[in-house]
Amino acid sequence: MFEYEFMVRAMLAGLVAGIICPAVGVFVVMRRYSFMADTLAHVSLAGVAAGALLGVYPAVTTLGFAMAAATVIEKLRSGPRLYGEAVLALMMSGGLALAVVLISLSRGMSIDIFGYLFGSVLTVGPGDLWLIAGLGCAVLAVIILFYKELYYISFDEEAARVAGLPVDRLNFIFVLLVAVTVAVSMRIVGTLLVSALMVIPVLTALLVAGSFRSAFITAVFLGVVSVALGLTGSYYLGIAAGGAVVLTALVFFVLTLSGKQLRQAWQRRLLAPGAPKKVKEELVTGDGS
Amino acid sequence: MSGPVAEIKEVSFSFGTRPVLENVSLKIEAGDFLLLIGPNGSGKTTLLKIMLGLIKPWQGRVCLFGRELGSFRDWYRVGYVSQKATGFDARFPATAEEVVLAGRIARSGLGRRLGAGDREAALEALRVVGMEDCRNALIGNLSGGQQQRVFIARALAGNPELLVLDEPSAGLDSRAMDSFYAMLGKLNQAGITVVTVSHDIGAVPGEVNRVACVNRRLVCHGSPARVLTPENLASLYGMPVSVISHRH
Repeated sequence: MFEYEFMVRAMLAGLVAGIICPAVGVFVVMRRYSFMADTLAHVSLAGVAAGALLGVYPAVTTLGFAMAAATVIEKLRSGPRLYGEAVLALMMSGGLALAVVLISLSRGMSIDIFGYLFGSVLTVGPGDLWLIAGLGCAVLAVIILFYKELYYISFDEEAARVAGLPVDRLNFIFVLLVAVTVAVSMRIVGTLLVSALMVIPVLTALLVAGSFRSAFITAVFLGVVSVALGLTGSYYLGIAAGGAVVLTALVFFVLTLSGKQLRQAWQRRLLAPGAPKKVKEELVTGDGS
Repeated sequence: MSGPVAEIKEVSFSFGTRPVLENVSLKIEAGDFLLLIGPNGSGKTTLLKIMLGLIKPWQGRVCLFGRELGSFRDWYRVGYVSQKATGFDARFPATAEEVVLAGRIARSGLGRRLGAGDREAALEALRVVGMEDCRNALIGNLSGGQQQRVFIARALAGNPELLVLDEPSAGLDSRAMDSFYAMLGKLNQAGITVVTVSHDIGAVPGEVNRVACVNRRLVCHGSPARVLTPENLASLYGMPVSVISHRH
C-alpha cells in the first residue's frame, strides 16, 4: 500500500497522532479530564467552519479555537461555584452550536464536514503533514520536559504546590497540550473519535501497568500499533480509516480485559479448596505471578 | 540555626461568613515536635494549610525559615504529608518508589530530569520508614499503614528540615500508631522539626514536646504537661476530658 504517496502521508500523520494522543491521554485520564478532549474537539469543529468562512487555512483557526476554549475552561474550572464537568458540558454544546451556525453561514462553500467529523487521513497533503509533524514534536517535547511535574500534579496536586511547583501555570500548559493534540489528531480520526485515541490505549495500559512509567510506555505503544493496524486494515478492507483505528484500539482493550479476568478466575480456582496443593503454594509464594 | 522555623503572626481566616481562625499567632522553633490538637472543625487543618501557603489568610502573615511566604522559595526544606494522602486515588498506577521519587522534585528544579542521586535518596527514604522491600509494589496494593509510610518517605526524600503532617494517624490501629509516632520521634531526634495535627487527644504520644490547642483561637501552647490540664481541655472541648499520655 505504500506505493501510494497519500498512504505514506496518512501513515506518518497517523503515527504522530498515535504517539501524542496516548502520551497526553495518560495525564488526561489520571486527572479525570477524559471529557476535556471531547469538548475541545467539538469546539475545534467550530474552528474548522470559521476557517472555511473566513477563507483561512482551517488548521490555523482550529488550533486557535481549541486553545482559546482550553483557556476559558481552565479559568472557569478554577473559579468558584462551577462544577468542572458542567463547564465541559457547557463548552461542548456551545462549541457544537457555534459550529452548526457557522456551517450554515458558509453554505455553498467547499467544506468537508463529514471528513472533519469522522477523519480524513487519506487527504493529508504534504503541507498538512509538515504541520502535524511539527506540532506533534512540540507536544512530545513539552511532555518529556515536564513529565515529572505533570506526573506529580496528576497524582497529588496539593503536595506538588507545597513542593513549590507553579501548579497553575503547569495546568495551563497541560490544557494547551490537550488543545494542540486535539487539533492535530482531528484530521486523522475525526472530531467525534479524537478522545477515543486519547483514552482507550491508556485504559488498556492501566489494566496491565506495574508502574506509571510502564503505563505511559504501554499506552504510547498501543496507540502506535492501533494506528498502524487500523490504517492497514482500512486500506485492504476499504473501510473508514478513523473508525478502523479506534476499533482496533477497542479490540486491544477488550482482549486485555478478558485476558485479565480469565487469569483472575483461573487463580481463584487454583486457590479454592480442593485444588492441587503444589500449584497453590506456587501461587501464594508468588512464583506464578 | 537562628530564629524560628515557622512563625504565624496574627492570622485570621473565614470560610464565607463563618470565622475559622481568629488572630492566631504561633512560633515553631527548630527541634520542636509540635502536636496541634482541637475538636473537629476547630481550624487545625486550615492553620496548617495557611502555614504552607495553600490557603491565603484574610489577615496576618506567615514566615518560614525567616522569610515571608510570598518570597519563600526553598520549598525543599519543607516535607508535607496531607490528610488526603490516605484518601488518594488507589487506582493510580504508581509504584512506592515512583511516589517517593516525586519528593525529590522540589530539589531538582523545573524541567530537570531526576538522576541516580535522586533515586538513591528515594530508596534511602524508603529504608528509613522500613518500606524498601515494597518499592516496586503499586501504591494502591499496599495497606493503609504502609501507604502512610510511603507518603512520609516522599516527604523525607527531599531531606526536609520541617516535616508537616495532617492527621497522620487516621486509619491506623493503636499498635501501628505507636510505632508510627516512635518513627516520628526518631526523625525529630535526628534534627527534623515535626508539626502534626490530631483531633484525637485520647492519646498524646510521649515523643511530643510541645502542644498547641486550637479552637478558632489559640487556646494554649506549651509543653504537654503544662497544656494538657483538665481546665484547659474542658475549655477547649467544652466538656471534661482526660488525656492518656503514651510513654515508650
